[in-house]
Amino acid sequence: MAGSRNTGWGARLVVLVPYVWLAAFFLVPFLIVLKISLSQTTIAQPPYTPVFDPAAGWEGLKAFLSALSPENYTFIASDWLYLGSYLKSLEIAAISTLLLLLIGFPLAYGVARAPRRWQPALFMLVVLPFWTSFLIRIYAWINILQREGLLNQVLLALRIVDEPPPAWLSTDTAVYIGIVYSYLPFMVLPIYATLERMDESLIEAAADLGCPWWKAFWLVRLPLALPGVIAGALLCFIPIVGEFVIPDLLGGSQTTMIGQTLWTEFFANRDWPVASAVAVVLLCLLVVPIVVYQHLQTRDLARSGH
Amino acid sequence: MRKASWFNVGSVALGLAFLYLPIVILVIYSFNASRLVSVWGGWSMRWYAELAHDRAMLESAWVTLRIALVSATAAAVIGTLAAIALVRLGRFRGRVLFSAMVYAPLVMPEVITGLSLLLLFVATGIDRGFWTIAIAHTTLTACFVTVVVQSRLLTFDVSLEEAAMNLGCPPWKTFMTVTLPLIAPALAAGWMLAFTLSLDDLVIASFTTGPGATTLPIRIYSEIRLGVKPEINAICTILVAVVALGIVAASLLIKFHDVGRGRPAQLPARA
Repeated sequence: MAGSRNTGWGARLVVLVPYVWLAAFFLVPFLIVLKISLSQTTIAQPPYTPVFDPAAGWEGLKAFLSALSPENYTFIASDWLYLGSYLKSLEIAAISTLLLLLIGFPLAYGVARAPRRWQPALFMLVVLPFWTSFLIRIYAWINILQREGLLNQVLLALRIVDEPPPAWLSTDTAVYIGIVYSYLPFMVLPIYATLERMDESLIEAAADLGCPWWKAFWLVRLPLALPGVIAGALLCFIPIVGEFVIPDLLGGSQTTMIGQTLWTEFFANRDWPVASAVAVVLLCLLVVPIVVYQHLQTRDLARSGH
Repeated sequence: MRKASWFNVGSVALGLAFLYLPIVILVIYSFNASRLVSVWGGWSMRWYAELAHDRAMLESAWVTLRIALVSATAAAVIGTLAAIALVRLGRFRGRVLFSAMVYAPLVMPEVITGLSLLLLFVATGIDRGFWTIAIAHTTLTACFVTVVVQSRLLTFDVSLEEAAMNLGCPPWKTFMTVTLPLIAPALAAGWMLAFTLSLDDLVIASFTTGPGATTLPIRIYSEIRLGVKPEINAICTILVAVVALGIVAASLLIKFHDVGRGRPAQLPARA
């Protein structure tokens, strides 16, 4: 029965529609980015040289390929502006993923260990902020962190800081707060999913055999929760590296992440080939974590299917 | 054990406070009569009244809403088809590439997706505006629909579909009368998710926008860059309220739906 389903025109259509859409609007655009990253800058106007002429056939293709140049890549590699922002992005993403783990794991653990009837409500409360606008959530922090904002008012009232109060906005601290705040649900959800599925009798067995709770946590619970931890970490780390809005609104001019560099290159400098090369290098940096994430996704899918 | 449970209560309470406090503060400030953040001038609806006269803002809100409606609907169709292909069709030619393309947009940095789509639109000579943003958002959000629908497809009993087909029901009719009603709650949730993601998106919309299609996030962003303004607090509060209402409505809908569907869905399992 299943075999005959696969061959019907209906089944073919089910695959074809999303396939064609994703190929046209996800795959092909990347090929275009790749091509333009290898093109020369004519004065900020497309079409960029070389132009591939399909009518010229094989010879045309050869001429096209030989005219491509890695010039934009050598330019990126030679300028500290780009290398520096790649490194800064990786650093910020790594540190904030760690912070997210430190805050997200206890939160997920707390929700998973809550009484059964409370769990759906608590789960909902963790997910809910994800539904409100990203931009609004960042903006809410500007309200709090600015010099006359609520944070400084509270700190001054408690005499923790003296006049004049410190500037929180335009610092790395603000960027970390913004990132942790925005990505927390992405970290909590996968960890909660694995903790919730976990067989509690394993922990009890460890306790019965005289294992102290912290050791049982470290030796039994944590290894079992590892798939969720890894999925959460990747789900946060990958997009954070390319983050634009948070460092742009909360960060200072000395913190330039690669997403901002790309944005400036594209919108301010109008240098599309260099912007494309920046994007290709960024994608290369992220290809390993993305593949690992996809592998986990498909494995999870295969496991829950049986 | 008691120590651990205090720790649990504490971490949940702190975590939730961290998640909700900034939004609550934003909402309170939107009712502040004073223009200055540092001064509390009493409760007032002043900024909401000023918002009602802001034509540009209202125009943006309308454009954003239309884009979200179109793209969420398209994403629901494409995402559901992709989920069915991944869960029900087993191995087909090009499956590896297919699943890669389905999951990649979930984690792809937005600057890359935005840039690549813009270059596609430029290369093909499509005029940028309403439709290019709608296409971009459909591509971005379809994968979220897929993930939500896929988990529902995995949990319900396949034998329901097989029974219908064994009794001679053609595949498309089986889909319309058996599968679709069963995945309806997930489909609704996926549509909602796509809708809010589209309302929310700044980066991809900035890349793919054109004249006459300034979405709300693009406008809010350009205002925020100039500093905190009470009018922005007001519009943000309205957006939060709309989303909150939508979610409450959706969860009630799903609850009633499940109650209504609960019994007939169990019948075949008993037989």
